[in-house]
Amino acid sequence: MPAPAEYRLVFKHIDEPGYTNDIECYLRHGGYEQLKKAFTMKGPDIVNEVKASGLRGRGGAGFACGVKWGFIDPTKNTKPVYLICNADESEPGTFKDRQIIHKDPHQLIEGMVIACYANNVHLSYIYIRGEFPLGAKILEKAIAEAKAKNFLGKNILGSGYDLEIYVHRGAGAYICGEETGLIESLEGKRPYPRIKPPYFPAVLGLYMCPTIVNNVETLCDVKHIIAMGGANYAKIGKPNNTGTRLIGVSGDVAKPGYYEFEVGSLTLGQLINDVCGGIKNGRKLQAVIPGGSSSKVLRAGEKYKIKEKQADGSMIDKEIGLEDIPMDFDTMAAVGSMSGSGGVIVIDDSRDIVSCLANLSEFYAHESCGQCTPCREGSLWMKKITRRLADGHGRLEDVALLKSVADNIAGRTICAMGEACSWPVQSFVAKFKNEFEAKGRAGKGPAVAATNGH
Amino acid sequence: MSATCHDTQDHVELKPEFVAHADELISHYPVSKRSASLPLLHFWQETHGYISNQAVEWIAGKLGLNPIQILELVTFYPMFRQHPAGKFQIKVCRTLSCQLGGAYELREHFMKKLGITKVDEHGLGISADGKFSVEFVECLASCGTAPVIMVNDDFYEGVSHTQADELLQKYN
Ligand SMILES: Cc1cc2nc3c(=O)[nH]c(=O)nc-3n(C[C@H](O)[C@H](O)[C@H](O)COP(=O)(O)O)c2cc1C
Ligand code: SF4
Ligand code: FES
Repeated sequence: MPAPAEYRLVFKHIDEPGYTNDIECYLRHGGYEQLKKAFTMKGPDIVNEVKASGLRGRGGAGFACGVKWGFIDPTKNTKPVYLICNADESEPGTFKDRQIIHKDPHQLIEGMVIACYANNVHLSYIYIRGEFPLGAKILEKAIAEAKAKNFLGKNILGSGYDLEIYVHRGAGAYICGEETGLIESLEGKRPYPRIKPPYFPAVLGLYMCPTIVNNVETLCDVKHIIAMGGANYAKIGKPNNTGTRLIGVSGDVAKPGYYEFEVGSLTLGQLINDVCGGIKNGRKLQAVIPGGSSSKVLRAGEKYKIKEKQADGSMIDKEIGLEDIPMDFDTMAAVGSMSGSGGVIVIDDSRDIVSCLANLSEFYAHESCGQCTPCREGSLWMKKITRRLADGHGRLEDVALLKSVADNIAGRTICAMGEACSWPVQSFVAKFKNEFEAKGRAGKGPAVAATNGH
Repeated sequence: MSATCHDTQDHVELKPEFVAHADELISHYPVSKRSASLPLLHFWQETHGYISNQAVEWIAGKLGLNPIQILELVTFYPMFRQHPAGKFQIKVCRTLSCQLGGAYELREHFMKKLGITKVDEHGLGISADGKFSVEFVECLASCGTAPVIMVNDDFYEGVSHTQADELLQKYN
């Protein structure tokens, strides 16, 4: 079956000829009309629309946005509430938020103002990764333009509601994407993630006040939920997997790029073969990392057992191959991985799979914040072992050693980076055991490979 | 991680515009001035090239903090430098999609062209004339157009070796 057409909601105007990122262009395309509509509603009603929409967070964890907002009851707490837009976009393989920031920043600002109004927030920050200096400038300009038109600032559009948004730049650390690390960083400290409980952002977030952290794409979706109503938004996609999803495909496909589809409307095979023109240079698929580098790898030729809901509501067991996996949250979880941040990395059969893992392990070792021993030491050892295996200095025992290191991190750390760094290792080693063992057997011995300039 | 600052630059006089902009940045954080630490570090580094002892002390003083509370940020966040890097800083993304797209070969190419043979403990190499520095960085969120690099604040995608040579001409 050919792939369904793209469903461009958030990316509607991205790369449209003549569309620019200034406010005049945005206004010509119906910009800030949903903000006006939102101001005719009460905050809790907006929260209810978002609940009805079924929107799940697009930052990685897929947590229901309305439920997250529902944790905060502005009528009951006496502290101010803050909202932070997570624009750290640093999960390897993910490149969607940058497109919005650069090409349609007002869409994000409009979504943020609506989200802030709904949750009675008067001070909000966009935490943008340090390596987006141009993105930060574009957002600052957009904020100034919105302020000049009174879509932001004091007494917005005569509603009596005040809101300030500021851009805050990170400085090159991946862990700032983890929401409590982000909050520490925004407080001017090292981005050491906080332990939960008690430091759930909704309770003890920024400056120890209730705080909402949402991804860029999630906040853009809020605008569209206001436009069409929560119930109509929920009709897009599938039950419990509603809306559209931005997907970035990179690696060994003929046409890498960013796309937007109805959640679950296309399969991984359609994405790779139809949308992205298949594997490059006539080679064959070896593996796919389906949801950012932290998601567990899928191997070509694998079969998965899933349950599929029938039209009459009954469930049937079904066996599917990699190419048949529908791209939605629940099925990706059912096949043992996750749709995570929407970044799909495709690896062809000419690639040395051990080197691919060594590359990712180097990333995690570099990015561990160092607070927890299992993550700090474990990520370092996983880097050293995968590197020496890849470079031909490993031994057969390294494969079991690697697995045992990975198996002893997850669940023993302060933040989900423990899982993020061990899932790739566990899944690569389990699914490509022969390849790893062959490297170990051919290894020239236990010499620890020299570092490679990093 | 080094716990000391290395001052290789003379003390700089701060212009009134610099101080005024610093105050403007601090005003973005009405709840806690400490939040302005990263913005002030960025602003200092953009203006003066790297974070010196003077920078640490001045920012700490400005925000009512102990210098160590600023220094510990400089030693943690990869983007802050305690030494000057090249006038033009080439950052090559090394993470998986870019590795598949030839990032390691691209870095090698830059190193060769610039005659850089030595790198410091962070992997930073500087050309003999101080004009260029080359280093690896992690995923720059542009994985679909690998390999990607930054030269100072500018972004380049799908960089071939020919384009790399052209960039070395352009930044001169
Ligand atoms: C190690 C780590 C890195 C993360 N990086 C990002 C990121 O770059 N961008 C992002 O939006 N969320 C990131 N997250 C998820 C955030 O913690 C948080 O769940 C998300 O911003 C919530 O927004 P959402 O509910 O709209 O998805 C990361 C999580 C972890 C554990
Ligand atoms: S799991 Fe890793 S990144 Fe997270 S807090 Fe612990 S050491 Fe830091
Ligand atoms: S891997 Fe290089 S930009 Fe993402």
